[in-house]
Amino acid sequence: MSFQKFISNAISEWMNGDGQDADIAISSRVRLARNLRDEPFPMLATDSQLERVIEQVEQAMEDEAFKTRNHFEMIRMEALTPLQKRVLMEKHLISPNLLADSRKGAVILSENEAISIMVNEEDHLRIQCLFSGLQLKEAWEAADGIDDIFEKHVNFAFDEKRGFLTSCPTNVGTGIRASVMMHLPGLVMTQRINQILSAINKLGLVVRGLYGEGSEAVGNLFQVSNQVTLGQSEGEIIENLAGVARQIIEEERVARQNLMRNHRLQLENRVCRSYGILTNARIIESKEAAERLSDVRLGIDLDIIHGVPLSVMNELMVMTQPGFLQQYAGQQLTADSRDERRARLIRERLQSTIE
Amino acid sequence: MMCQECQERPATLHFTKIVNGEKTEFHLCEVCAQERGEMFPGGMNNFSIHHLLSGLLNNAEPNVNTFKVQQEAPLRCDTCGLTYSQFSKSGRFGCSNCYKAFGEKLDPLFRRVHGNTHHSGKVPERSGGTIKLKKEVSELKEEMRNRIEREEFEEAAKIRDRIRELEQQIADL
Repeated sequence: MSFQKFISNAISEWMNGDGQDADIAISSRVRLARNLRDEPFPMLATDSQLERVIEQVEQAMEDEAFKTRNHFEMIRMEALTPLQKRVLMEKHLISPNLLADSRKGAVILSENEAISIMVNEEDHLRIQCLFSGLQLKEAWEAADGIDDIFEKHVNFAFDEKRGFLTSCPTNVGTGIRASVMMHLPGLVMTQRINQILSAINKLGLVVRGLYGEGSEAVGNLFQVSNQVTLGQSEGEIIENLAGVARQIIEEERVARQNLMRNHRLQLENRVCRSYGILTNARIIESKEAAERLSDVRLGIDLDIIHGVPLSVMNELMVMTQPGFLQQYAGQQLTADSRDERRARLIRERLQSTIE
Repeated sequence: MMCQECQERPATLHFTKIVNGEKTEFHLCEVCAQERGEMFPGGMNNFSIHHLLSGLLNNAEPNVNTFKVQQEAPLRCDTCGLTYSQFSKSGRFGCSNCYKAFGEKLDPLFRRVHGNTHHSGKVPERSGGTIKLKKEVSELKEEMRNRIEREEFEEAAKIRDRIRELEQQIADL
């Protein structure tokens, strides 16, 4: 089956680590929520109404403009095992929401996995563009372009006063949710992070853990996104978030420089110990793995660790998660055997960078 | 991560409970979380954004006279059948017409969540209806005034004709 490649292949384009400021800003994402005017929102829609949504989306996908952009494939959630769905979530291609309630849900993926369009999640359409590094403007332009193509074929729910109408009042207006995933070990170590997070909240932005709503920050990874979707234009929202992201990146760099100046030995010790553990451990839990990977990532940025590309760290971040490990093993695994395989995978992958 | 209770389903709810300074982490699937609902005040559903929203909605109208509300016919969306009180419980709309059906009543909510009640972003070509044309007309009117001020009457007349054309288009839609 062709969707197999989206599941078995660990690397998405956003993981290649070549975007702007990709040492700190790992990825940028823009998501647009859209609904068809004449069908009830997924929460209330019947199966046949949801099916009609899929049909209309499929027809729109026939547009030549889609084909010239990229190769797209539609995958229906009902065709996937729970594990396969989980892998798509761990790659950030679908949301935890679609995984949990995937009645008549589907996802359309571009070949390079930079574009994923969820169908019948909370809204009929969730157009998502995910880029490496700080590339919010590029991600917005890509999503905007996809939106325009759909708009030629379907009637979107749009209101002069309220803008794009969404299932949840928190998305109405532009329907845009833009976010930057950031690695901020320097701010965490120097305990500057709380100050910064509370300042961010005052600016109408929110900070979340890696998988969005309800999850905590693991491995010093934070996701900063806009909260307001009504009353500001997309350009303003993107510019505002990008400005704040650039400032956080600056703060993180300053914190790292201070650490290197004042606590170099302790920092090197921490980074090298973590590298030692990752290259030698026989058993490692996911939380520890995330923490050690964060240390090594910092070590690469600060030139303490040489020869390991950032893309490998991004890959490991995704591949050490439970769904991926089990997919890799080709079977369901107990927590114990996952910890063992996780350790082996990290060892092997880091070793391959030495040879 | 698998659910710590059943070890069968993936954990979709991750949270930390602090009791007397003691921190406990939970990683549960929906099913087990619901079964253990009595552990959490008000049940697990309290954790969702929609319930937070519904808190806002109820706060938005602190002086509701319950007797009066019972007397009035419930506010209901005639397309999907969702009532305003159902909406304020679930925090989600049922269809695009709900926005029209609940109308101005939504303003306090949007003001709280977004600090604003009016969209000022992208307008789609088709579904946007006449908004784009109206915008163009007002821009042209501005330009026409400028031309007249500069006594460029020939140009101004051309713009006037274009405005008439557009206004006709709007009227036809």
